[in-house]
Amino acid sequence: MRESSFGNFESLSPEQSPEGSESLTVEQAIANLQGQDQGLRYYAAWWLGRFRVRESAAIDALIATLEDETDRTPEGGYPLRRNSARALGKLGDRKAVPALIRCLNCSDFYVRDAAAESLGMLGDPVCIPELMKLLEGGLEAAQPIPGCPHLAQPYNATIEALGSLGATAAIDLIQPFLDHPIERVQYAAARGMYQLTKNPIYANKLIQALGGQKLQLRRAALGDLGAIGYLPAAEAIAETLAENSLKLISLKGLLEYQVKNNSTESSSISEAAIQVMTLMDNLL
Amino acid sequence: MTNDRGLKLIQSVEQADSSQKLLDAVQSLAAARLEEGIPTLIAALSYNNPGAAVAAVDGLVQLGEVAVPKLLTLLDDYNYSGRAWAIRALAGIGDPRALETLREAAETDFAMSVRRSAAKGLGNLRWSALPAQDVSAAQAQALKTLRLTAQDPEWVVRYAGVVGLQGLTTSVAESQTDIRPTVSEHFEQMLKTESDLAVRARVQLALDQLHKD
Repeated sequence: MRESSFGNFESLSPEQSPEGSESLTVEQAIANLQGQDQGLRYYAAWWLGRFRVRESAAIDALIATLEDETDRTPEGGYPLRRNSARALGKLGDRKAVPALIRCLNCSDFYVRDAAAESLGMLGDPVCIPELMKLLEGGLEAAQPIPGCPHLAQPYNATIEALGSLGATAAIDLIQPFLDHPIERVQYAAARGMYQLTKNPIYANKLIQALGGQKLQLRRAALGDLGAIGYLPAAEAIAETLAENSLKLISLKGLLEYQVKNNSTESSSISEAAIQVMTLMDNLL
Repeated sequence: MTNDRGLKLIQSVEQADSSQKLLDAVQSLAAARLEEGIPTLIAALSYNNPGAAVAAVDGLVQLGEVAVPKLLTLLDDYNYSGRAWAIRALAGIGDPRALETLREAAETDFAMSVRRSAAKGLGNLRWSALPAQDVSAAQAQALKTLRLTAQDPEWVVRYAGVVGLQGLTTSVAESQTDIRPTVSEHFEQMLKTESDLAVRARVQLALDQLHKD
C-alpha cells in the first residue's frame, strides 16, 4: 500500500541545483536576464536569488524586470516579475524597496505576494504604510473568493512582513485576522501579533496549532514558531507529528533567537540554548 | 511468543489496507521484537508511510545487532525513501559493521536528511564490537568522513557532523586513539569559519563539553 497524500518536505526545498545551473556564471545570468529568451530570463531571475548574487549589476537588472511587460501568462500574470521580486528579497539590497513598493499595486496577485514577502525580508520600514493599505477593508474584504485560488490580497505575506518590520501602527489592522476563516491566515495574524506585542497569548495559539489534525497546518505553525523564536514552544515543536527536517528548522529559529538575544562577553552557551540543541540532536 | 502469533503479526502488516492499519500493525510487530519480523519491518521502511517507517526504525533499533546483516544486504534493493530510513536504523543501532555504509551515505547521498542521520550515526558506533586490532583504523575512517561532513553545504548536515564528532570523541575516550586533540582543533577552526549561527552554537557547546570531560 502507498500513502500518496504525504508531501515529501525534501522535495519542497531543493537539495540540488537544477540541471544547468552549475554552468551558469553571474555574467551570463545577468546577460540572460536582459536578453530576449523568456525561459532564460525567468530562470536567470531565480538563479540570481538562489545563489545570492549581490552584485550591483544583478540588483539593477532584477529591478528593471519588475516593469517587464513581455512575459505574460494567459491570465495576465507576470511570471518574470514574480521571480525577480522573490530574488530581490533574498539579495538584501534596500535599493530594491521603491520598485517593490510599486509592485504592491500590480494587477497580478502573485507579484504582490512576492513583493510583500521580500519587503518584509529587506527590513526597511518605509514600506509600512503601503503594506498596511493591503489590509484595508479588514475581514470583510478578505473573505475567500469562490472559484479563485487566492484571497483578494496576499494577507499572509503582508501580515508577516508587518510583524517582522515591527509595524506597531498595524496592530489594529492585523488583530481582526485572528478570526479569519482560513487557519493559515489566523496563524499569520498570531505570529504578527506576537511580534508586535510580545504577548504570549498569540504564540500559544501557534503551539495549539501544532496539535491540529492537518499536517500542512502543523508545518505552517512550525515555520511561524521558528520565525518568532518562541522558546516555550521547544518541546511542543520536538513532539509534533511532522518531518524532522521541519522541526529542526523550527528549533533552529529558537536557537538563533536565544543566541542573538543572550550575547554576552563570554562565549559560553545559555541553558536555554543547550535545551534547544539537545532536542535538535535527538531529531537528527 | 509462539511462531503462530509472530506469523499473524507479520501477516497483518502485509495485509493492511489503510495507512492507519499499517501503522498499528507495524507498531505491534515492532513491539514484539521478533527476529523473524525483521524483513517485514525493513519492507515497511519503503511503504511511503512516515508513521509506519518511524515505528519500523524504532523496532529495528530495539532489535539491534541481529537486524544489521539484513539491513546491510537489503539496503540496495529498496527504493530511495526506504534507503533513507534504513540508514537511520543503522545509525541508531550503532553496529560498526555499518561503518562503510554510513560513511558512504554521509559523504555522497544527495538527500541532506540521509547525510545528517549518517553523520550522527558515525559518532554513535560501538567500537567494542570490533576486534581490538581494527579499532583505530576504523575510528580514523569515521573521523575522516565526519571532518568532511562538517564542511557540507547544508547547515543541518554540518550541525550533525559536529554532533557526530563530539560523539566519536566521547566514545573513544577509553581507547588507544588520540582523536580528542584533533577534534578540538577542528572545532576551534570551525568557530572561526562557520557562518551559520546555530552550527556555531553547537560547536561551542561541543567544545564546552569536551573540556568538561
